[in-house]
Amino acid sequence: MDTLLDARGLTKRFGDILANDKVDLVINKGEIHALLGENGAGKSTLVKMFYGSLEPDGGEILWRGKQVAIGNPAAARELGIGMVFQHFSLFEALTVVENIALALPDPGKMAELAKRIESVSVDYGLPLNPADIVADLPVGIRQRIEIVRCLLQEPQLIIMDEPTSVLTPQEADLLFLTLQRLASEGCAVLYISHRLEEVKRICHHATILRHGKVVSECNPAKETPATLASMMVGADVASVSAGAQKPRIGEIRLGLSNLSAKAATPFATALNSISLELHAGEVVAIAGVAGNGQGELFDAISGEMPVAQEMIRIDGRPCGSRSITWRRRQKAAFVPEERLGHGAVPGLKLSQNIVLTRHATGDRLTGGGFVSTARANALEKHIKQEFDVRMSHDDPEARSLSGGNLQKFVVGRELDRRPAVLVVNQPTWGVDAGAAALIRQALIDLARSGSAVLVISQDLDEIFEIADRIAVISRGYLSAADPAEEMNRERVGLLMAGGAEAQGEVA
Amino acid sequence: MFEAVLLTVITAATPLLIAAVGELVVERSGVLNLGVEGMMIMGAVVGFAVANQTGSGTLGVVAAVAAGMAMSALFGFLVLFLVANQVATGLALTILGIGFSGLIGEAFIGVPGLRIPSLYIPGLSDIPFIGPVFFQQDAIVYLGFALVAAVAYTLFRTRLGLVLRAVGDNHTSAHALGYSVLKVRFLAVLFGGACAGLAGAYMSLAYTPQWVENMTAGRGWIALALVVFSSWLPLRVVAGAYLFGAVSVLNLHAQAHEMVNIPSQLLSSLPYLATILVLVLISANRRLTLVNTPACLGKPFVPDR
Amino acid sequence: MRLELVKRKERSKTMALLSPVIAIGLTALAAAIIFAVSGHNPLVGLYKFFVEPLTQQWSLQATIAKATPLVLIGCGLAVCYLSNNWNIGAEGQFVVGALFGSALPVLFPEFESGATLPLMLIFGAVGGALWALIPAVLKNWFNTNEILTSLMLVYVASLILDYLVRGPWRDPDGYNFPESRLFSDAAIVPNVFGGTMSLSTPITIVIALILAVVLAKTLKGFEIRVMGESPRAGSFAGFSAKRLTLFAFALAGGLAGLAGTMEVSGGLNQLLPTISPGYGFTAIIVAFLGRLNPIGIIIAGFVLALSYIGGEAVQSAMGVSNKIASVIQGLLLFFVLACDTLILYRIRFVSHHAPAGEASHV
Repeated sequence: MDTLLDARGLTKRFGDILANDKVDLVINKGEIHALLGENGAGKSTLVKMFYGSLEPDGGEILWRGKQVAIGNPAAARELGIGMVFQHFSLFEALTVVENIALALPDPGKMAELAKRIESVSVDYGLPLNPADIVADLPVGIRQRIEIVRCLLQEPQLIIMDEPTSVLTPQEADLLFLTLQRLASEGCAVLYISHRLEEVKRICHHATILRHGKVVSECNPAKETPATLASMMVGADVASVSAGAQKPRIGEIRLGLSNLSAKAATPFATALNSISLELHAGEVVAIAGVAGNGQGELFDAISGEMPVAQEMIRIDGRPCGSRSITWRRRQKAAFVPEERLGHGAVPGLKLSQNIVLTRHATGDRLTGGGFVSTARANALEKHIKQEFDVRMSHDDPEARSLSGGNLQKFVVGRELDRRPAVLVVNQPTWGVDAGAAALIRQALIDLARSGSAVLVISQDLDEIFEIADRIAVISRGYLSAADPAEEMNRERVGLLMAGGAEAQGEVA
Repeated sequence: MFEAVLLTVITAATPLLIAAVGELVVERSGVLNLGVEGMMIMGAVVGFAVANQTGSGTLGVVAAVAAGMAMSALFGFLVLFLVANQVATGLALTILGIGFSGLIGEAFIGVPGLRIPSLYIPGLSDIPFIGPVFFQQDAIVYLGFALVAAVAYTLFRTRLGLVLRAVGDNHTSAHALGYSVLKVRFLAVLFGGACAGLAGAYMSLAYTPQWVENMTAGRGWIALALVVFSSWLPLRVVAGAYLFGAVSVLNLHAQAHEMVNIPSQLLSSLPYLATILVLVLISANRRLTLVNTPACLGKPFVPDR
Repeated sequence: MRLELVKRKERSKTMALLSPVIAIGLTALAAAIIFAVSGHNPLVGLYKFFVEPLTQQWSLQATIAKATPLVLIGCGLAVCYLSNNWNIGAEGQFVVGALFGSALPVLFPEFESGATLPLMLIFGAVGGALWALIPAVLKNWFNTNEILTSLMLVYVASLILDYLVRGPWRDPDGYNFPESRLFSDAAIVPNVFGGTMSLSTPITIVIALILAVVLAKTLKGFEIRVMGESPRAGSFAGFSAKRLTLFAFALAGGLAGLAGTMEVSGGLNQLLPTISPGYGFTAIIVAFLGRLNPIGIIIAGFVLALSYIGGEAVQSAMGVSNKIASVIQGLLLFFVLACDTLILYRIRFVSHHAPAGEASHV
């Protein structure tokens, strides 16, 4: 096989952290090459060096046998390296054709470029309308823009960072077809994913990174997801146990009835008569592709976005227009998607961040208008131990914690209250495997102790691992929550792709 | 009478127009420079001083533009390379500009000024009514219109404009695609400074050819409001500038003709009250403002490398 | 060589204390250069400007008198800026406060009792607060940019003052001068400590200390800090951004109005067409130099007041324009903001070449 890219001893340092430590990687023509590793293993750093957006501190890159210095993304594109970013590098206020023009060295006339976009996108089964404004497009289409943008540069290597995390299973299948066609045409793909099933399915080769170093290489077709996972983590991954006993379903603790809300901004999603009953003892999960109203639903249930009083009940008491504090006093607890800047204040110490959600819940954190630092410190120590939150020194600012540790803290802060209702949005997004397992287990344990737990997640593996019932949200409509054993990926996928909408409209 | 009013409207609107169109470019790149007033007043004093010393209005204008750019470079260095708070730094620029202009201008108080000459466009300037109003103005008036046209064209018809809008819309994406966000922003900030300096020169060399302390009297701030009013579209800046020009000369004409028996202070406060009113009307339409506001406006950006 | 910022994991406590000091040092350096450029001995200039006023009792008293309104206004502004409310119209709130406070002695000169002054101070605070609430309400209801509206109201406020002293409130026995009648004794803030200091100063210090405790120790202070840093997290905590905007503006306006009333009834003893040498704007610098912390603001207020007195001093002693004071004030704010970068970032100089092709793609 022809070697396309040969990286030797690539090293990158950020302050005290060695993000990449003498990484070697060889990519051949026509190969779909998986790059695996936990969050923080150094995958993004490595590919950013290939794409010229980071500068290596050491090592060399050989492109088709010649040593190259990839000074910036334009240089990478000139070599024939394209990239599809996980968090898209798109401009919402601009049109599709403008977005694509920005990535081409010589886009020519806009009208002609638009024609080329139409023909290439149709050719690859990824149709696009060049005049659309990106802000109006769903995530699946946005990814198409990124891919078409790459294809127009006639690349020899396409780097894809977590491309399927925003797709329904059916959309992902379509993407795999495109990738296989590209590979058959001789184009190489460097494929980053944490979905080991699909890596096994489509990738020819896999390189595994841990703590910035290459720890192993393999042919994923010959491995199982479990062996791949243990290579990534460096140990066997603890599996979550839902408990041998089926949940004992109790009374309704959280009720949503015909919950509707208009979109607050042009970029938000409206909620359309969502109904759901959450019982004591069960975990209900809401699946869906990002941007289908998950954030709005969370805000409505938490009280950050007030709705009509009767639309939400906690333990039977109507509270749609009550404050978040009132709901917390009813023993409800909430964990939002964004850890920094929503669930926690980046520049405040952890002990102060405890005051953030618990100043009014009878934890004696405040008295006579004053905040009790001593009590906050005691709670911080307790939560830190209980949930194994690791930190470099005592009571640091929230921003200095790693994603996994901060998520354990934010979840722990609420679980420590033993809430009757817990609503959590993306509980393990961007969290390492160890922390994810701990958090998932804690959610199940809380439910089994008699609370009701609502998990909003994009991660289908997670959902099937912990949910007793599964509903799907699509464009602000929610499907019926059916028992997990009656659901499968295909059905969830169809609901994600708009089936939930049809069902919701009927309901 | 109507012709005279229209002439004064044009002179009153021109500095607002030029300063606002400069700030519009700055904000389109994602930077909020609240120091327009400070850069403008520096342009006014430096323009006056240089014109007075050299006897050349043109040199005065050039120096004013340079002064505006120097001020904006200071601002750009702080907010772009040191990631200082944009609101506070813009305020600092205004405070510094007012202070510095007072110091420089002290020697020129009461000194008779120089008026940059009007250009008579042959043929056209002889047309009755239209001629005197539109074709017998000074060069800066024409330059103002040319600037608006050039900015509108560049923003929406050229690659440079596309890159500028992209940087203001999403600096992370622009950086990921390999554009130098800070460089684009710094150039935009310099352009804004040049425009503010030019607007200031117009104040002290054409509008009222003399130096008076604080002579810009909040016009830099009104220019900022005009950018909001225009929803970041250059052609709408023209409409806004002329509206405000009209409001401010209403005051002069009303006083001169004793048309009405209302306190002069009320008339003087009309431009400020009108600014508040316009801001309320525009901002109340959340949809319009949210869609058009550059998404990264005022947000700091630190590139990783 | 290229300058690069490296984000610190946590804010540096050392730099938070050191940055205002470095800023003052850099400002002194810049001031020395200005003195030298304008043909004066920079060392003499610095001494006259920064040191000499501290060595004489009268100038020290004058400095404290000037610092008082700056500190009072600065404290209110700190609450605004901490909570992300950009009130830059304190100058107007100061003026309107002075107008409200003066209404009593101007319109009812015969009303002289022990209640006169306290009522005036209350009126002044209420007036300033009401004026400040205009931009706050517009922000809450119409999403209007409070920076621009609060500033526009400064111009409007000074025009109202101008109208009143030239019109209805003009002193009937004042030979047509644009000034109000003089206040009666009951309407004047008394001096304390053997006549060396206006009562305004201890009042201001007490208010600053109370505010320091509120900000550091109470739930309200917590709310203000959270809202400023992360409004989304603040609403998650159950705090209302709109209510806090009203609170912050009302407090800042109230304190500015109080300062305005104490200024006219403590120093001027009447209303004039101009009653403030830009206190409302200088207080912005005070708030930032004081790190938005009331204790820091007390010190910063003194430093900025010194620059006013120092400006007068260099003018009379060396013939340098007193306008140099406002230049130095402006530079100081610049340096403060620049040095604040060091709190969150480490600055690194990268000496090796920029990667090839960097310039190819603007």
